[in-house]
Amino acid sequence: MTIGDIQTLLGAEVLSGEDLLGQPVLSACGSDMMSDVLAFVKEQSVLLTGLVNPQVIRTAEMMDMRCVVFVRGKKPDGAMLTLAKAHDIAVLQTPLRLYTACGRLYAAGLKGEDG
Amino acid sequence: MSAPEHIIREQYTVDGDDFQAAGGASSAMKKLLRSLGVPPDAIRRAAICMYEGEINMVIHANGGEAEVTFDGGVITMTLRDTGPGIPDPELALREGWSTATDAIRDLGFGAGMGMPNMKRNADEMTINSVINQGTVIVMTIRV
Repeated sequence: MTIGDIQTLLGAEVLSGEDLLGQPVLSACGSDMMSDVLAFVKEQSVLLTGLVNPQVIRTAEMMDMRCVVFVRGKKPDGAMLTLAKAHDIAVLQTPLRLYTACGRLYAAGLKGEDG
Repeated sequence: MSAPEHIIREQYTVDGDDFQAAGGASSAMKKLLRSLGVPPDAIRRAAICMYEGEINMVIHANGGEAEVTFDGGVITMTLRDTGPGIPDPELALREGWSTATDAIRDLGFGAGMGMPNMKRNADEMTINSVINQGTVIVMTIRV
């Protein structure tokens, strides 16, 4: 699966990183708690979240993630998008809720860390 | 660490007034380690340790100072603050234990995972804390 496939599956808008849509991703996680993402995630390359603050992008950066998807239509500000761009992290936005967005990606074959 | 001229040393200031800007030191360290050719897994472990520590300093101690050294084999991160101190470091290392406010939880942190996560990712970690004086945390990562 690519970041572009995620965009299609979630009916998402690309807010940053149009040039990264061809990048492959192998797994994903969904959480509004960055503490949990930092503690439990190992190799996930996509983060889905409804939390909107710069630490979401920082967390993705620390974990070497390639894509952040903001659910429930949450909109990051310009500073967050600039930060994401600086670290080659694609940023998508979908109107779907977290559970639904994760479910669509899982059903399409994008697994989590525990299968 | 026997050849001082070969030790890379960087200092970073962690601004305690700006949660939004937290992570800057971790990001700079990550860039530094990448430029030195440190393997990605070691960089990620170091970045998680530093970032969790940085967030803690902002949340609990009004910021502080971070120093990173790399001698070619070991990354050492020293975090110093002059905050309220940690009354019981053993308790702070227990998953789920936190003194963070609901406001911090609303920002995605304060679940009591930070210190345990630092310990899990570091090869060694020591905590020296004095109530009302501050805390020094030293973490090492073997490359």
